[in-house]
Amino acid sequence: MAFPLHYGSCPVVKNILLLDSEGKRVAVKYYCDDWPTYSAKLAFEKSIFTKTQKTNARTEAEIAMFDSNIVVYKFVQDLHFFVTGGDDENELILATVLQGFYDAVTLLLRSNVEQREALENLDLILLCLDEIVDGGMILETDGSVIAGKVASHNMDDGSPISEQTISQALATAREHLTRSLLR
Amino acid sequence: MAQPLVKKDDDRDDEMDYSPFMGIEKGAVLQEARVFNDPQLDARRCSQVITKLLYLLNQGEAFTKVEATEVFFSVTKLFQSKDIGLRRMVYLIIKELSPSADEVIIVTSSLMKDMNSRTDMYRANAIRVLCRITDGTLLTQIERYLKQAIVDKNPVVASAALVSGIHLLQTNPEIVKRWSNEVQEAVQSRAALVQFHALALLHQIRQNDRLAVSKLVTSLTKGSVRSPLAQCLLIRYTSQVIRESGISQTGDRPFYDYLESCLRHKAEMVIFEAARAITELNGVTTRELTPAITVLQLFLSSSKPVLRFAAVRTLNKVAMTHPMAVTNCNIDMESLISDQNRSIATLAITTLLKTGNESSIDRLMKQITNFMSDIADEFKIVVVEAIRSLCLKFPLKYRSLMNFLSNILREEGGFEYKKAIVDSIVILIRDIPDAKEGGLLHLCEFIEDCEFTYLSTQILHFLGNEGPKTSDPSKYIRYIYNRVILENATVRASAVSTLAKFGALVDSLKPRIFVLLKRCLFDSDDEVRDRATLYLNTLGGDGAVVETDEEVKEFLFGSLDVPLTNLETSLKNYEPSEEPFDIYSVPKEVKSQPLAEKKAPGKKPTGLSAPSVAPTSTVDAYERLLSSIPEFASYGKLFKSSAPVELTEAETEYAVNVVKHIFDSHIVFQYNCTNTIPEQLLENVSVIVDASEAEEFSEVASKPLKSLPYDTPGQTFVAFERPEGVPAVGKFSNTLRFIVKEVDPSTGEAEDDGVEDEYQLEDLEVVSADYMLKVGVSNFRNAWESLGADCEKIDEYGLGPMEGLTEAVNAVISLLGMQPCEGTEVVPSNSRSHTCLLSGLYIGNVKVLVRLSFGVGGPKEVAMKLAVRSEDISVSDAIHEIVASG
Repeated sequence: MAFPLHYGSCPVVKNILLLDSEGKRVAVKYYCDDWPTYSAKLAFEKSIFTKTQKTNARTEAEIAMFDSNIVVYKFVQDLHFFVTGGDDENELILATVLQGFYDAVTLLLRSNVEQREALENLDLILLCLDEIVDGGMILETDGSVIAGKVASHNMDDGSPISEQTISQALATAREHLTRSLLR
Repeated sequence: MAQPLVKKDDDRDDEMDYSPFMGIEKGAVLQEARVFNDPQLDARRCSQVITKLLYLLNQGEAFTKVEATEVFFSVTKLFQSKDIGLRRMVYLIIKELSPSADEVIIVTSSLMKDMNSRTDMYRANAIRVLCRITDGTLLTQIERYLKQAIVDKNPVVASAALVSGIHLLQTNPEIVKRWSNEVQEAVQSRAALVQFHALALLHQIRQNDRLAVSKLVTSLTKGSVRSPLAQCLLIRYTSQVIRESGISQTGDRPFYDYLESCLRHKAEMVIFEAARAITELNGVTTRELTPAITVLQLFLSSSKPVLRFAAVRTLNKVAMTHPMAVTNCNIDMESLISDQNRSIATLAITTLLKTGNESSIDRLMKQITNFMSDIADEFKIVVVEAIRSLCLKFPLKYRSLMNFLSNILREEGGFEYKKAIVDSIVILIRDIPDAKEGGLLHLCEFIEDCEFTYLSTQILHFLGNEGPKTSDPSKYIRYIYNRVILENATVRASAVSTLAKFGALVDSLKPRIFVLLKRCLFDSDDEVRDRATLYLNTLGGDGAVVETDEEVKEFLFGSLDVPLTNLETSLKNYEPSEEPFDIYSVPKEVKSQPLAEKKAPGKKPTGLSAPSVAPTSTVDAYERLLSSIPEFASYGKLFKSSAPVELTEAETEYAVNVVKHIFDSHIVFQYNCTNTIPEQLLENVSVIVDASEAEEFSEVASKPLKSLPYDTPGQTFVAFERPEGVPAVGKFSNTLRFIVKEVDPSTGEAEDDGVEDEYQLEDLEVVSADYMLKVGVSNFRNAWESLGADCEKIDEYGLGPMEGLTEAVNAVISLLGMQPCEGTEVVPSNSRSHTCLLSGLYIGNVKVLVRLSFGVGGPKEVAMKLAVRSEDISVSDAIHEIVASG
């Protein structure tokens, strides 16, 4: 499934994780074979969750190293966001990806960023992951653009997606949400 | 519109642990997935089911092959629905299910239809899905669409095609390389991310073409790149080009200005990438470093932990090579010791340890002691390593640093951490003699209460080597014998060996050691008993014939002279029989050696760039190897062993190189052979040497190699006699002769019958330089004066047309095979004359010094005055003869 990660000198994301307040998966996506088995993945998640649990990553994104990987992370309410990259990766690029993920999720969940809401809208979260990184390559880092891509059901009507404003993206996100709930 | 939502919220509050996926079960969801087959599709319901399936996959639930196939087939039906939301979920689940090649065909047409849809979102996603699941054959069908998509006006579509191209390049490079025109066009795109993806793909297409990459960098650094991510890429490519091009004639580094200008970019990501690139430049100068250090220093006081971390990590690396450049940041660093983020604090501490000076150590250590208690083991290890290198840098401070190490050794910690501390103490003991006694006692105390068998045995081994040489060896005995009483069998056995070492080296302790060893004879473990018996016997504790002191020491302290891997293979091949295992049958050649030789083929023939004196260890190894062969034992002491000379081209069937061993009146060729054919076993391998062009030599012995299996190096030897003291030279032609047997690769068994065969090797020459040992002198003038003018010979030679002085100097040095002194082998450019000083040891252990004065005579004519001083006038003459005939 995962593509091998040898893209020359390209910045590469190894995984993106969204865990709950007990370290359980809400949504995760691995882009490399560093953790080949399910148990290896779980062990990695458990270790970064316990090691970062006590830190304060609520106002600013935090950063740590785990067995020659760099992990940037941010916590909001009972949700823990993680982005992992190799140890020679530019930390700020990883932080940008994390911020994009976090912003997009915030928009899509209408600022109601918590586990229950995230599970309720798991489809949006999964689409969001799909739009941020493709097989380790960074696709998009702007949260509003990501949210816009996830939420818009029709990109043809209206301006090109990259020119969409946050409020527009939010509006489309909200529209999608209400629609899916009302139906 | 909002009301139902609120109501739903209320509902949820009743149940604290509400989750939409509570009690979800794979079987039930797979049942639910049957709605995909309904003739009237309920898009919303289908979306929900797909979400549930994705949820299961995400939670690590494994689908069997049958289940996955079933789900995949029913999902394909959903392409009928026009619902866009559902279509997105369909794309997602197809990617997650990663269908097999024969299943892919089912969706190919649907996806190809979407690829040509008017809806951009369909196009972008269909491209990504199709490229993800496709194989090469399908790719040619859709190539045309992909090329179009790369230059699509919609950036999402273009990015999708470009990123897919990057992935496909790994599997189908030849196809993706055909897109380079379109990709090049996309690099100019106005959309930031498209530019980034296009640049990444373009570079990967061209990465093996240095010139093209260089051109790409040259054109783009002039400034058409907008996206910060693309800018970061460009910085990386630029560093690559810089690495490969080196510094220009004027001393300026190409593209440095570009990197420097990126330090003023508005995006932090780009600033940092550029700063990091500058610090990693080869041979970066302080002037080049300064602007980068300045921006990193600003980052140190940023409110964002990620920025602080990135900056301190980079500065930490810089501190390893340019500690002075980082000292400006020391104040900012010190405030980072109290940083909330412990990774940042640890990096700050270790950086300070690297840049600190002798006077600041004590203050720093105090800060670290407080800090150590609240960081994780992995950080502690980093600190311990930093302290070790600090201590080696400032040996006078060993007391406080050693104390620190022993304190933390007593505290709680895992194996890796303790090992790091023990390793550090061992290194300090080795390198700082004053620290020895204290350090050994710290280690002794540690093993009194050590839960790690590995560390205990390591320390006991070390103690056995170092303890007896201290002023009061008896004080360690108690700690060692305690191990015999208290520990597990492995540690006990190790303690017995250590006791024996004390007994062997310290005569006054011998009787007491015997008492202790005798007690060990009743140990419950056989290894411990065996060791005790063995040592009592060798040391003479049981009244038996005592072996000589030398042999005992060699046995106890000598290193194993065969590579462990070779010993292991030999032991595995050994079949229990009447015949005891013979350790001399183990090949002594280190396997990796021939490979290492091949890496630097250019260096070998000249021997100029070889390090001053061959490392004694290889000489020792050769000496031991040769003395173990009875035929050569009578030849006396080995004078010189040459560097291996390759007799075969790289990657031939049999790889052979030869080492020339020079004795007083003999010469031994050691042929190192490797058989690189798995299907063959060679037996009775020998080298037939034709010495018709080397009249003064006569063959006296030949030692064939019994068998040469695949990939296990072996040696065969041929020995020649030559007139004593005469530096006879000559040319030898070599033929490898052997019996070849076919080997069945699956079983590894060789056939019984073999065929005799020969393999022509390249010729080998013995030259005068082989009789000269490169031995340097520290002060040439003193050595020259002390040899005196008694045996001096001076003469002048015309060397004929030469390219330059450098060539002349190198030619004479390699002809004589002597060691250049005081850097005089380097000729300053444009000089008209040069003096070169050489020293060496001639066969018969005669010291020789040579002073060469070169001058440029006519056009490219080089003249040389050769002055030789030695301990023997005949040797001085011989040197002149070498030059005259060379």
